[in-house]
Amino acid sequence: MKDLPDEELFTAGHTACPGCGCPIMVRAAMKIFGPNTVCYFPANCLLVFGATYPQDAFKVPYLHVLFENSAVCASGIKRGLKKLGKGDVNVVAFAGDGGTADIGIQALSGAAERNEDIIYICYDNEAYMNTGIQRSGSTPHGAWTTTTPVGKKIAGKELYKKDVPRIMIAHDVPYVATASIGHPADMLRKLEKARDLKGFRYLQIFAPCPTGWRFDTAKTVQLAKMAVDCGLWTLYEAEDGKVTINKKPKMTPVKDYVKLQGRFRHMTDEQIDSLQEWANKKWERDSAMVIE
Amino acid sequence: MVEKRVVTGNYAAAYGALLSRVDLIAAYPITPQTFVVEHASEFVNNGMLDAEFMRVESEHSAMSACVSATAAGARTFTATASQGLALMHEVLFIAGSAHLPIVMPVINRTVAGPIGIWAEHNDTMPQRDTGWLQCYIESNQEVLDMIIQAYKICEDKRVLLPMMVNLDAFILSHTVEPVEFPDIEDVDKFLPKYKPEHARLWPEDPMIIGSFSPPEYIQEIRYQTDESMNNSRKVIEEVNSDFAKAFRRDYYGMIEEYQTDDADAILITLGTVTSTARPIVDEYRDAGKKVGLVKLRFFRPYPTELIRKIAEKTKAIGVYDRAVSFGSGGPSWIDARSALYGYNIPVINFLAGLGGRDVMASDVRLMFDRTLEAAKEGKAKKDVVWIGTRGVEP
Repeated sequence: MKDLPDEELFTAGHTACPGCGCPIMVRAAMKIFGPNTVCYFPANCLLVFGATYPQDAFKVPYLHVLFENSAVCASGIKRGLKKLGKGDVNVVAFAGDGGTADIGIQALSGAAERNEDIIYICYDNEAYMNTGIQRSGSTPHGAWTTTTPVGKKIAGKELYKKDVPRIMIAHDVPYVATASIGHPADMLRKLEKARDLKGFRYLQIFAPCPTGWRFDTAKTVQLAKMAVDCGLWTLYEAEDGKVTINKKPKMTPVKDYVKLQGRFRHMTDEQIDSLQEWANKKWERDSAMVIE
Repeated sequence: MVEKRVVTGNYAAAYGALLSRVDLIAAYPITPQTFVVEHASEFVNNGMLDAEFMRVESEHSAMSACVSATAAGARTFTATASQGLALMHEVLFIAGSAHLPIVMPVINRTVAGPIGIWAEHNDTMPQRDTGWLQCYIESNQEVLDMIIQAYKICEDKRVLLPMMVNLDAFILSHTVEPVEFPDIEDVDKFLPKYKPEHARLWPEDPMIIGSFSPPEYIQEIRYQTDESMNNSRKVIEEVNSDFAKAFRRDYYGMIEEYQTDDADAILITLGTVTSTARPIVDEYRDAGKKVGLVKLRFFRPYPTELIRKIAEKTKAIGVYDRAVSFGSGGPSWIDARSALYGYNIPVINFLAGLGGRDVMASDVRLMFDRTLEAAKEGKAKKDVVWIGTRGVEP
């Protein structure tokens, strides 16, 4: 942490909600990537709170085109700069989980298959927060959102979280990593590694959203840590497909994590058991990716 | 050395990109555009063209890549048709509003449903309001020449907008014609390297493109795109003259007139139907019937003033369309009528060749006959005339 530069490329004065996990990640990432960087933002919270014209919290150039094309837009920037003799510029896309797991997955898969020389960061807050907390493919089982309301017949999301990092590993790209704002040293190391590699690099960074998850804004980092402890979010990295688990989950009860969040308040013991079962299976799956 | 070769419209389009020394090509295959991408791939793989080639997974991504690479400061090229253009629709607006001078041949093809692959303009016409210039092409030579001219027009500081260069599916895309290939050094002199100042993503001079913008700012951005489109009329004429001087081929800018000066009836065509209509003008003139022809080269910007001048020298105008705005007539006719508001002459719409059906000489004769009749009567029997449609009286 001490080695980070003092210069802020993502400055104070942005308008993120109190306790938002995203700026914690972006601020650190920009310190790692440095000034020789161009960013791409799809339509997401970061675009709005980071840079609503004429204000702007970024000291590097950035582009916004649309929602579903982050991976190809970042690739287009990189290829264009390369042709102009500026191939050393880091090009980074910061997309949310909806823009990644759902509407953006086609462009993401295409860019990964072509091994475009970009860094793609998915900040995962487990729903469409910018549009007002609608469920995404990345929303966990049981969670309330405005499109998975707690009704008399159905309460919360019936389905389970889509595992995008594993999909990205299946693309045989140079680097895939999961990280969490609750584990900054691990996150910074991964951002640095991503910066120094070539080719397609994918990071999915867990970033709690107090507004959408309904929790005390002081608990953002704590919840991020708890998600890792209970096995709902595993920290690992895949270099050229070789998977390393960075932190073995303690497998603390999912219930402890769930009870701090309003989005899970309605959950029955049965639903919590289902989520616990999913966490157990996830760890089995994730740990099985490691080939000794 | 100027070289003459017999090539398809698609080859001419790809070679136009080579001569324009594009920095980046991003494309996705679709019939009948595929040969553009294939030839461009060959040029890059054979080292004839030093460009980045992004073989993307969709047209949406092809246009996204062109928008982003142009925003980064590169000269970019793509090509598409029909559904591919429809899929790009969302991205097209960004190029128009961010002033990104992308050039794209569109091989005009039927938009489903039902699915069809033959010539129709209902792919490009609905893109009217995206901020792209639109040029409709008559010959393969014009395809090649207009790709080069398009970059010159679009990169002009008074314009800075993208352009679609539209050619009829199969009629041009897959048909060979003799085409004169200019020397690349001469093209270099005509079209210098793209040096963007208004839009570029360079860390040494940070710039934001596409910032989230409240209502306090967007209306001015709309106005600027509108102004650029208006400015482009002059630039199109200038570039046409410069091109004619440099390469000895004159396309007469926004519209091309044929035998219009003393014409009782004038037909406005666009695309390849113009080639069918031109000899019929001769035939009618030989028979003492005073008809004339206007080839509408640019649909966006619309040559409003020029069409008004045409109206001043004739008694009736017919407008041919290969697309229809359901319930409202053809798009070209709608614009002609709008331009001619206050001019007391009949303006008739002829719809023919939809879905790629051949437009025959007899169809064009019917267009001239109807327009002559309206000139004589001072009014049209029918505003919108469907020609060659089963069960429908024209």
